[in-house]
Amino acid sequence: MKRLLNTLYITTPGTYLARENETVVVRHEGEVKLRVPVRGLCGIVCFGRVGCSPQLMGLCAQNGIAISFLSSYGRYWARVQGPVSGNVLLRREQYRRADHPEAAAEVTRDLLLGKVANARAVLQRAVRDHPQSPGTQQIAEAGERLRLVLKALAQPVSVDTARGYEGEAARAYFSAFDHLITAQKDEFHFSYRNRRPPLDRVNALLSFLYSLLVHDTAAALECVGLDPAVGFLHRDRPGRPGLALDLMEEQRSFVADRLVLSLINRWQVRPEGFEVTETGAVQMDDATRKVVLTAYQSRKQEEIEHPFLGEKIPVGLISHVQAMLLARYLRGDLDAYPPFLWK
Amino acid sequence: MYDDEELLPISALQHLAFCPRQCALLHVEGLWAENRLTVQGKQLHDQAHEPGTESRCDLRIARGLRLRSLRLGLAGQCDVVEFHRVPDNCSDQGVHLEGLSGLWQPFPVEYKRGKPKSDDCDLVQLCAQALCLEEMLGVILQRGAMYYGQPRRRLEVDFDEALRSRVEQLAMQLRQMLTDGITPEPVKSPRCRGCSMSDQCLPATTGRSHRASRYVQSILDTALKEEDPPI
Repeated sequence: MKRLLNTLYITTPGTYLARENETVVVRHEGEVKLRVPVRGLCGIVCFGRVGCSPQLMGLCAQNGIAISFLSSYGRYWARVQGPVSGNVLLRREQYRRADHPEAAAEVTRDLLLGKVANARAVLQRAVRDHPQSPGTQQIAEAGERLRLVLKALAQPVSVDTARGYEGEAARAYFSAFDHLITAQKDEFHFSYRNRRPPLDRVNALLSFLYSLLVHDTAAALECVGLDPAVGFLHRDRPGRPGLALDLMEEQRSFVADRLVLSLINRWQVRPEGFEVTETGAVQMDDATRKVVLTAYQSRKQEEIEHPFLGEKIPVGLISHVQAMLLARYLRGDLDAYPPFLWK
Repeated sequence: MYDDEELLPISALQHLAFCPRQCALLHVEGLWAENRLTVQGKQLHDQAHEPGTESRCDLRIARGLRLRSLRLGLAGQCDVVEFHRVPDNCSDQGVHLEGLSGLWQPFPVEYKRGKPKSDDCDLVQLCAQALCLEEMLGVILQRGAMYYGQPRRRLEVDFDEALRSRVEQLAMQLRQMLTDGITPEPVKSPRCRGCSMSDQCLPATTGRSHRASRYVQSILDTALKEEDPPI
């Protein structure tokens, strides 16, 4: 399996990244803070006001390392990526299927199965672990609604219908999400999902982790030669990595949401670590962002068994494996897209 | 006769002889995976490909020569071509070399880090180089050699009719594969273990024998069977 290489996250404003031979040099206020050989990296993610030399971009491009630029809130701005790798025929097939209603519906269905089943697994796990908690009933109800969505997906559905089910599943899931927060409830409450900007601390955490996951998933898709921009479930929109968002669906609850919950429930993030601006927008301070990044990195090292491959893989490789399985499916090696399932 | 725009890499021919699917993953799909073996191989080749020549009295050694055959539609590079001095009356076997007197017979040598393989893919690569040399220099080559790092030994290879026609047949098959752009199904074999592409190929989980639709159906079945805990 591909080695789980490290992602370098740069969060301090005013940092400048440059190349020195085969090394990334991280400078801040004229001082060298860090040197990292590019050989050990799989990606660089820059938050906010971070600069990067063209020479370093070139070096990273040659080594297949994507550099993403995100706002300090974690909103995606841009990505520097070397020549598109892989197979033009594979990408043509991706576009053909994306344009073909029935073919697109098939992949969409499989992607959604993964998403809904994993969201449901997160809810079921909470019910099992805390059967006496006050919100158990609502959580179980939401789980049942997700089960009905899965049931509906047993029949072939059009992409539009599938999108409708996706919305329904997301509503059901997030309606119970607040009950999964068991600590610091006064400061961390969740009523509905909001993004631009996030209006509470929980949404700020979710949005931030989703943007990290998009970066990783887009990079994985590039690696197998698929175009992250052209999705099945997500409609094309300029600048939006539709396929990366598609492939992320099955991972959101398992990789990102559970991490958000454990950061709150284990008091790893504190309410003071968030700034509320005049408009009500909530953002993390630098220290909190660092805590989240560290937790995300160690989450990625944890091993799980991939139910389709029957192999143990680190969480951080799920997007790589799924990207590869999607490519294999589009190529015709697999007769369906096997989504990642958390068991 | 092919145009130089249409030439295919000799290395692809070697991949095809090793495994048609590996060849398609690399050359149709453009995937490349480095592993320990490929990195070591590259280092060895970089040394051998240090371009330049050296001469001893009856031997001239050229490294990193670029080769092509317009007839077969192949192009590539040779690790080493030795030129052995032959008697002046053997003009069909030798060529004139710039700045040297007499006739010299080309003798390609290919370097491999590992052991001699049980299949013929290395021999195919060497013979393809020989056919390129023949076309470019207008001579017949009898033999060449494979140098293997384990053990450090040289094996002479006869360019006999069987090997030559195998190369020609593979060259046609390669062209067909790249034109059609179809990657063959995986065939699991002991060779998969040393293959740098096995993570992308997934020989065990892709292909007709392993049905992903069954897996997808099982997700549905599980959900339909169970119900959430009673409220």
